[in-house]
Amino acid sequence: MTAAGYSVVGVTAVFVATLAVGAYGWRFSRTTSDFFVASRTVRPGLNASAIGGEYLSAASFLGVAGLVLAFGTEMLWYPVGWTAGYLVLLVLVAAPLRRSGAYTLPDFAESRLESRGVRRLSALLVVAIGWLYLMPQFQGAGLALASTTGTGPWLGGVLVATVVVVNVLFGGMRSITFVQAFQYWLKLTALLFPLLFMAAIWFGDGAVSPASAEIGDGGGAGDSWVSPLAGTQHEVYTTYSIIIATFLGTMGLPHVVVRFYTNPDGAAARRTTLFVLGLLGLFYLLPPVYGGLGRIYAPDLVSSGRTESVVLELPARMVAGTAGDLLSALTTAGAFAAFLSTSSGLTVAVAGVISQDVMGRRFGGVRAFQAGAVVAVVVPLGLSLLTEGVGVAQAVGLAFAFAASTFCPLLVLGIWWRRLTDVGAIAGMLVGGGCAGGAVLGTLLGVAPGGWPGALLAQPAAWTVPLAFLTMVAVSLATPRRVPRHAARTMVRLHTPEAVQLDRSTPPR
Amino acid sequence: MSETTPRRVRVTSPRTVAARAQRVPPAREIDAQTLLGEVYMSSLLRSQLRLALLALAALAVLVGGIPLVFWLAPELSEVEVLAVPLPWLLLAFAVYPFLFLIGWLYVRAAERNERDFTDVLDRS
Repeated sequence: MTAAGYSVVGVTAVFVATLAVGAYGWRFSRTTSDFFVASRTVRPGLNASAIGGEYLSAASFLGVAGLVLAFGTEMLWYPVGWTAGYLVLLVLVAAPLRRSGAYTLPDFAESRLESRGVRRLSALLVVAIGWLYLMPQFQGAGLALASTTGTGPWLGGVLVATVVVVNVLFGGMRSITFVQAFQYWLKLTALLFPLLFMAAIWFGDGAVSPASAEIGDGGGAGDSWVSPLAGTQHEVYTTYSIIIATFLGTMGLPHVVVRFYTNPDGAAARRTTLFVLGLLGLFYLLPPVYGGLGRIYAPDLVSSGRTESVVLELPARMVAGTAGDLLSALTTAGAFAAFLSTSSGLTVAVAGVISQDVMGRRFGGVRAFQAGAVVAVVVPLGLSLLTEGVGVAQAVGLAFAFAASTFCPLLVLGIWWRRLTDVGAIAGMLVGGGCAGGAVLGTLLGVAPGGWPGALLAQPAAWTVPLAFLTMVAVSLATPRRVPRHAARTMVRLHTPEAVQLDRSTPPR
Repeated sequence: MSETTPRRVRVTSPRTVAARAQRVPPAREIDAQTLLGEVYMSSLLRSQLRLALLALAALAVLVGGIPLVFWLAPELSEVEVLAVPLPWLLLAFAVYPFLFLIGWLYVRAAERNERDFTDVLDRS
């Protein structure tokens, strides 16, 4: 059997296993609550594996190693930020968000601010961020399948989209929870197992430091590869902007937030998040090592600009013969687990919002959710086939900066500040989202100037996030008469432990 | 003689009803948004917010300070610990246990705050 053959077998196995594990969950999926939030009965251990499985996307599995290979230590800020984002989420948002008792982000916005306008804007932003994040998943799937088996670049995306739709159609959140928990452990194994062999070979070769490896043109060498500061100009600003976008953007991603509603109570939500912190830390130890070893054993990937496939190709290059091909097939299978799990989570989140806010009146319950799932997948799949060339890491970075500038202020101020008003929230989200979205779109389209303005536009989070916070606070203070009537009561519900017998019903409008 | 005997009167204290006045459970004070309920809630909110800000400050100083330190002292990038460059050691390995530690301490303290709050409500 050829190397491509092994990869086809590996990818097929992941697809079949995903559908089989999903089918196990189908049997339990009966009610609308099952479909949206798995009836809120998922235990912390299982839920944390599911969150980890969902969160570790193509950018984590393929992107990090590729970025480290090309640019060096500074790119480690991405995995560090994606993990620290969960710490910020744990500290500021986790338990109150679960206690709010809402299904989705727009639900939270509406119940806290008692306004349909905030709800509509949040729904729009959830769909935008979700599609922005789904697009690179489908694109990455196409690239991965093309580079290992030589098929057309569209096939991988279509396959992933189909499997996701089938699973979501039949099982909703209940079945997705099992699928994603399984995929976390699959991804961890797929990176760890080949690494054991490769590390042994590296030690056998005398353990050369990756920093000293000579790389032709196109990559940072020696000193600049080791430096933890990004780029060569405005390095402190760029590094801190990446830190702010990733630390604060995590809480605003729709597929991350929707998971908190599946916990039984606020304390469980906190413990789940702590578990996730551990699982992410464990996983992120691995991809940078692939990047480092890639500098020694696959330096040609840098000059040919294919650094994102280092995880897929490195095992076959380092381990001789069939064993190497098998290990490469394993990492390819793991990559597809990453595409599938992240797209499943995003699809559930976006479908929930579409079915509730766009179609809610015409269809009801489960039917609307299923129709929403189809729309949630078809649009970004079409976009990913039309717009090739926007890198996986770039699109994901845009999603984080965008989420940090819109939902982060809404959640933080909504949970901790009683005087937030609906007008303030809308103004803050429009200003933050408008600036962040405009800046990165400008960079992607190539109309950004050089120098300082260019640096400000390429990594906008460091100024758009404070701007969004300031706008939200200033406009709220200027409209004190619009503070929601039941704000005090809502705050009580967000922060009181479940053990206290409170009246938790929705206040009358 | 019997004519002059006063009728027997049962003497009862009118204060018994007052002494056994209905106690209002503190949870209802919170629901009714009385001044007392407000005091309970703002004490919980303030202690949880202080804890959250403490955790964020630890994160900001100890992890967020790394780029600043390396910018001010670039020669630190040259330092190697067990043949691993210092920046790499910090960002690829050492950060993760540290993040987990902050999270673990936070969860413990937050649950203690909530337990104290519930105890106060139960006792009063």
